[in-house]
Amino acid sequence: MAVLARADREALRAALADGAPLPGWTRLRGPETGLLMLRGRMGGDGQAFNLTETTITRCTVSMDGRMGHATVLGRDAAHAELAAAIDAAMQDAAFRETLRQRVIEPLAAAQEAARARDARRAEATRVRFHTMAAMR
Amino acid sequence: MYVSVKGGEQAIDAAHTWQAALRRGDAAVPEVSITQLREQLGLAVDRVMAEGACADPELAAQALKQARGDTTEAAFLLRAYRNTLPRLGASLPMDTGAMRVERRISATYKDLPGGQVLGPTFDYTHRLLEFAAPIAAPPVEATEPAAAMPRVSDVLAREGLMARDAPSDAEPADITRDGLRFPADRSLRLQAMARGDEGFLLAMGYSTQRGYGNAHPFVGEIRIGAVSVEIVPPELGFAIDIGEITVSECQMVNQFAGNAEAPPQFTRGYGLVVGRNERKAMAVALVDRAQRAPELGEDVKAPAQDAEFVLYHCDNVESTGFVEHLKLPHYVDFQSELEKLRSLRARWEAERAS
Repeated sequence: MAVLARADREALRAALADGAPLPGWTRLRGPETGLLMLRGRMGGDGQAFNLTETTITRCTVSMDGRMGHATVLGRDAAHAELAAAIDAAMQDAAFRETLRQRVIEPLAAAQEAARARDARRAEATRVRFHTMAAMR
Repeated sequence: MYVSVKGGEQAIDAAHTWQAALRRGDAAVPEVSITQLREQLGLAVDRVMAEGACADPELAAQALKQARGDTTEAAFLLRAYRNTLPRLGASLPMDTGAMRVERRISATYKDLPGGQVLGPTFDYTHRLLEFAAPIAAPPVEATEPAAAMPRVSDVLAREGLMARDAPSDAEPADITRDGLRFPADRSLRLQAMARGDEGFLLAMGYSTQRGYGNAHPFVGEIRIGAVSVEIVPPELGFAIDIGEITVSECQMVNQFAGNAEAPPQFTRGYGLVVGRNERKAMAVALVDRAQRAPELGEDVKAPAQDAEFVLYHCDNVESTGFVEHLKLPHYVDFQSELEKLRSLRARWEAERAS
């Protein structure tokens, strides 16, 4: 679910494009956009506090009697609905493995590559201190 | 007192049309897109997100465009829009210790685990206008990723030298539901400042350094990066990760002399702001520490220590509303003032003549 939420609509559509289409689904709830209150902790590790709100979109679908849920950051209804449909299809043994290979693993790999790239960029800005020789 | 005044519709329409034309600017110059603003004026977008109290970069960029770059007007637009959306819930408290750090610096320890990571910064630039177009080189990449970065406050806490904030999942105050109430607890203060005006909070933080509040702060740590957002949807009953959000966090370390119950130790001021805004995170941390004066048994003497003063005035949407309402017709109020002044003047002149 994290991989689907962190992808975007176009990435999900592209990942689904080269295989058998998903079975049809019906919307049980949403997709609906609303606000999520983001919480932090005082000092990073203390009592919780409300930081600010953000937009989220959630959707629940039914596919052959299986329920699929998704909540994504932002206001993209199609992203939330597609993620919910994939969540429903993944509960079907007939689809689980192909979807894992076709959708989840490539998206997870791309997301991991982006994270690793950011971490290497951060590392490139890490200061290497040199001890200065005393001037005489 | 306000009197309803008719007329002016045509004038208002014409004024708005002119405003829209100015917003567009010279038609021969290409129009800027919301995506361009989001990508290329990201720090302005982040400021609007924070002060508009709605972390949605697209909406903030749209507001910034509509407001012709006026960040306070844009924050107002964003606040108004968020009022149209239903509240769907609250996240679990975000774990900034597990942040994917793009910048982490400490002014208290040179060699700390994970090191000093500068990240994208204006620090160390010469602040010279670059008239030649800057070269957009791809960012440098090291061969290895950055190492894990424990919090500086944890390092001090292990030595027993840092006052800890007791973890608690007690339901925090919420300014969007309950408004400001005094005495404001720390959760309310941190929320109010997270959406407060950056300039006002910067000035308040600065005042504590200049002697109004007796602060001797060190930047224990500043970290900026992406943190996971997790929620527990009732239909699932377990936590799911719904994506990442970029935040700026500052831990200010202040000495504390100790009292009958607590030994001498360091105390913390804390600032957490959505988006990349280390200046504001630092200012919030300074003011947060100043406002902890009563709980630490310190005298409340300076403006920054006065929670009512700071919190009632840090919200620029509210401030601008009250200041700008002075533009509304006050014709009748002013008539009564005129009458009163005329009669006072007549009495004064009569007394002088006699």
